[in-house]
Amino acid sequence: MKPGTRLKSAACDTEVMVIRTAGGAIECGGVPMAEAKPAETAALSSDHSNGTLMGKRYVDADNTYELLCVKPGKGSLSVDGVALVTKDAKPLPASD
Amino acid sequence: MNIALLLEMAAESAPDRVGLVCDGKRWTYGDLLSAARGAFKLIQESGVEYVTLLDESSEASMIALFGAALAGVPYCPLNYRLPDEDLAALLERIAPALVIGDEERVAGDQGHTVYARELFTLKAQETWPCDEEREYDPGEGVAVQLFTSGTTAAPKAAILRHSNLLGYILGTVEFASADEADAALVVVPPYHIAGISALLSSTYANRCIVMLPSFEPGDWLRLAERENVTNAFVVPTMMARIIDKIESGVKADLSSLRAIAYGGGKMPREIIEKALALMPDTGFTNSYGLTETSSTIALLGPEEHRATLASDDPKVRARLTSLGIPLPTVEIQIRDEDGNVLGPNEPGEIYVRGEQVSGEYKERSALDAEGWFPTRDAGYMDEDGYLFLSGRADDVIVRGGENMSPGEIEDVVLTHPCISDACAVAIPSVEWGEAVGMAIVPRYGHEPPAEDEIKELVRSRLRSSRVPEKVIYVDELPYNEMGKLLRCKVKNLLAD
Repeated sequence: MKPGTRLKSAACDTEVMVIRTAGGAIECGGVPMAEAKPAETAALSSDHSNGTLMGKRYVDADNTYELLCVKPGKGSLSVDGVALVTKDAKPLPASD
Repeated sequence: MNIALLLEMAAESAPDRVGLVCDGKRWTYGDLLSAARGAFKLIQESGVEYVTLLDESSEASMIALFGAALAGVPYCPLNYRLPDEDLAALLERIAPALVIGDEERVAGDQGHTVYARELFTLKAQETWPCDEEREYDPGEGVAVQLFTSGTTAAPKAAILRHSNLLGYILGTVEFASADEADAALVVVPPYHIAGISALLSSTYANRCIVMLPSFEPGDWLRLAERENVTNAFVVPTMMARIIDKIESGVKADLSSLRAIAYGGGKMPREIIEKALALMPDTGFTNSYGLTETSSTIALLGPEEHRATLASDDPKVRARLTSLGIPLPTVEIQIRDEDGNVLGPNEPGEIYVRGEQVSGEYKERSALDAEGWFPTRDAGYMDEDGYLFLSGRADDVIVRGGENMSPGEIEDVVLTHPCISDACAVAIPSVEWGEAVGMAIVPRYGHEPPAEDEIKELVRSRLRSSRVPEKVIYVDELPYNEMGKLLRCKVKNLLAD
């Protein structure tokens, strides 16, 4: 999968843009994400239902995976079952 | 990833919010995205290799930037103030291009497709909406190409990839972080990196852009008041002219103006001190960056500005004219001519590395094997990590093997009360290889100091090698429209 790929959640409205990735399964709401939405919505796992926030970046502990949320939803993001955490921008005092 | 994503996200989360005000017209993020998608179609159907803007800033600069990105065609705005001959040479280098702006300045035989600004904007709005799903460019290539100002040599085509610009924006701007009432006054020309990054960062923050197509200090003050502007970016010469205007008695209510950032040239200490005194409630930020680094790589923030003024410590006070400290998302080193990394307070060349650093020209990449970009800016870093700029590395005067920074000599000469501006350059010397030549602008209404007096002033403060061998008096120094001193022209003056 290439950076820039847009993935959709099978369990909620979440959509992400892939910034960095490796071979693992990217999931939302506990179910693998894909470029197309499945015909039938999958069940949201209660362990992965903290929600996603628009414009937040999500990373794993090693910074191997990085996803940008471009549409928020109820599910939360994980890779091979391990939850991703938000990575904050280091805002400039509006220098531009 | 494509930089158009920044506008798509703004339009997705706040389609009806005003994202741009220009010439009294208001554009929502929804309007801007529709127009960018319309521009995509125009660009794609014209089969061009570049999209260029030959015009002042307007809604067309924003529509063209994002439309070109969607189409996967580099956006290369040109300096419309260039003489015909120089402009023709640049247009030749980007043919065939879709040119937006001044039709009369584009030669018919270069294969360009030309649209006047109004026609481009109108067509972009008409072409969308359209129901079928479109295939936009994935953004793996070049988003923006900017010609460097060419103060020392022919302009170089600096390349910024989608990944460089997105690395900068995603790393330094929090999405939708601006309040609904926030407005950023953008007056830098569209062909300058600060003009590009202003559009990208404000769009991602959902901060409304208030465009002033061409700078005039009275217009700037009126627009800042009328639109309740909260943020602004200026180059030092603009700041000096705004202050002159305020001091001449022009009143403007700037109570909403929280932040002014400046960059693009050396800010004289006198000007920033005046600005801080005149606008006590405004936060000032000095931002240092280059075209090749997708804009800002170091900055001196608002608290630091006020702290330097309040301090009794000369080391801390000196930081008011520093570039501040590097962004947490980049690394900076000072190196000597052999590439060795130098320690605190040792002068050398500034090197930078990071995701936002492209360091790439159309012809070649300037990055070394480890990804470091030699900025060709000369400077040093103090023991607390504050970066100081001495000038361009190419401007260093080498006299008998000794390297001398022009800025150091100019700073001393500028302490003379009868001198308002000064420029030191290398002049050929049979004995030393190079020696110091100096152009002096006497302060208006004052008796110009004699050559010997200037030499004595330098001798009393610096080593005797720094004493100018030749001094000329001029009415003004040659600056380009961004306030950059054209040292090569001063060299020519001294050669005559």
